[in-house]
Amino acid sequence: MTDRLLITLTVNGEEHELLTPARRTLVDVLRHDLHLTGTHVGCEHGVCGACTILVDGAPARACLMFAVQAEGRQIRTVESLAGPDGLGDLQRKFSEHHALQCGFCTPGFLMLAEGFLADNPEPTREEIREAASSNLCRCTGYQTIVDAIGACADERRASCGAVCGRPADDPADERSRA
Amino acid sequence: MKPAAFTYHRARDVDGAVDLLSELGDDAKIIAGGQSLVPMMNFRLARPAHLVDVTALPGLSGISTDEEGLHIGPLTTHRAVETAPDSLLGPDHAVLREAMAWVGHLPIRTLGTVGGSLAHGDATAEWCLLAVLLDARVVVRGPGGAQRTIEAADLFLGFYMTTLAPDEVIVDVVFPRPAPHCALTEFAERAGDFAAVAAAVDLDLAADGTVRGGRVALGGVAPAPVRVPEAEAVLQNGGPAGPELFAACAEAAEAAIDPPSDADGSSDYRRVLARTLIVRACEEAAAR
Ligand SMILES: Cc1cc2nc3c(=O)[nH]c(=O)nc-3n(C[C@H](O)[C@H](O)[C@H](O)COP(=O)(O)OP(=O)(O)OC[C@H]3O[C@@H](n4cnc5c(N)ncnc54)[C@H](O)[C@@H]3O)c2cc1C
Ligand code: FES
Ligand code: FES
Repeated sequence: MTDRLLITLTVNGEEHELLTPARRTLVDVLRHDLHLTGTHVGCEHGVCGACTILVDGAPARACLMFAVQAEGRQIRTVESLAGPDGLGDLQRKFSEHHALQCGFCTPGFLMLAEGFLADNPEPTREEIREAASSNLCRCTGYQTIVDAIGACADERRASCGAVCGRPADDPADERSRA
Repeated sequence: MKPAAFTYHRARDVDGAVDLLSELGDDAKIIAGGQSLVPMMNFRLARPAHLVDVTALPGLSGISTDEEGLHIGPLTTHRAVETAPDSLLGPDHAVLREAMAWVGHLPIRTLGTVGGSLAHGDATAEWCLLAVLLDARVVVRGPGGAQRTIEAADLFLGFYMTTLAPDEVIVDVVFPRPAPHCALTEFAERAGDFAAVAAAVDLDLAADGTVRGGRVALGGVAPAPVRVPEAEAVLQNGGPAGPELFAACAEAAEAAIDPPSDADGSSDYRRVLARTLIVRACEEAAAR
């Protein structure tokens, strides 16, 4: 019953071999065994979203997956967002738009947004609100989080211009960010 | 909390999974997406001594169509259905795609599976409601390679119990008939929560806009999803698709059901919700 399993996890592009009890959730392995404490843990039943990470590019709850189930899949955590020059663009937008106060929810929102924007690079404000409703924040009131995600989408779109979709000043863009 | 200890088994094929389940007995459980089972284990509401992981089983995910109808593999995620192209999920089954927006949130839908939802048997789960509404067939494999088909109407016993045996694995889910004028809608306190009440309607609609019959199913008003024959009788009597007919249908349902009272709402509240939601579902179904 206290079996330990030898598993290989690929986290942020790096392979890790570790011995883990089957019952250890992915979020606990990330935090306690790999010391990637950026991923937070709150409710442990899928509701708060503090533990949100990317599994094969898609947002998932790290508290609702056993680490052993993550073998063979690409895991990305908040630690992957910053580059050698400091914070990544999404993180900078969160900072500029005051999308965090205590910061407890932030890693989860960042990874949620990272996966969401990869899937939907031109979201409407309504779509961003819908996606953000997946996670809880007890400080900001969410508006600034929605603003930050929208601003990041705008910036990414502007920086790649007409190559990746409609131009940034398309009037069909129904987002209103007054 | 942390889950109790268990032994992990990764099944290589369906028969191997069935053998393991038979051998290990009541202490073993299948794990697919884990989006229902792991919360229950973290709460220690479930303490299986063995988990049989079926997610690596080949051939159990994906959407296809043949003369039997639309097949959805049990390991297909809610998200895969939500993002399925028209070529896989045409207008006859578009309701399945659209209903996915009601299933939890994006990070739940990326891991949670169709088969897991049906086996979990929540009375308000969208898949359970759609299965009952559309006469889905759930194909399961048991010991000795024995395969049987469970009609959705016979699957749910209520209170998270189903007629699946502990050593049976769902291997296919079939939606046998087209449902071009079908809609599901619901109400929950917060976006992404399980519904207080969910309503789904499948109209038999003539080209001239006359209703010739239809199905009405509700979740959250009984221990399992139910069809409402009294409301269906109103649709059977027929008439032009419009407010009068839809209101009559919804009122018949309101009078017929006897929902439970709990933290999510009183019995009376649920009755009114059911009425409102049936009208909405009828309108949406007719507009397709
Ligand atoms: C925060 C949150 C919100 C949610 N909101 C909703 C919602 O609004 N609507 C909704 O419908 N669901 C909701 N869910 C549940 C989610 O849809 C689950 O994905 C689904 O209920 C179970 O699928 P799973 O693959 O995760 O199954 P698991 O959790 O892995 O398993 C669930 C049960 O099914 C059994 N099982 C799994 N696969 C098979 C199989 N192939 N054959 C036989 N038995 C099998 C398991 O043994 C277990 O008993 C929510 C979950 C969370 C955490
Ligand atoms: S800790 Fe995983 S969702 Fe709350
Ligand atoms: S910033 Fe404090 S919980 Fe979101």
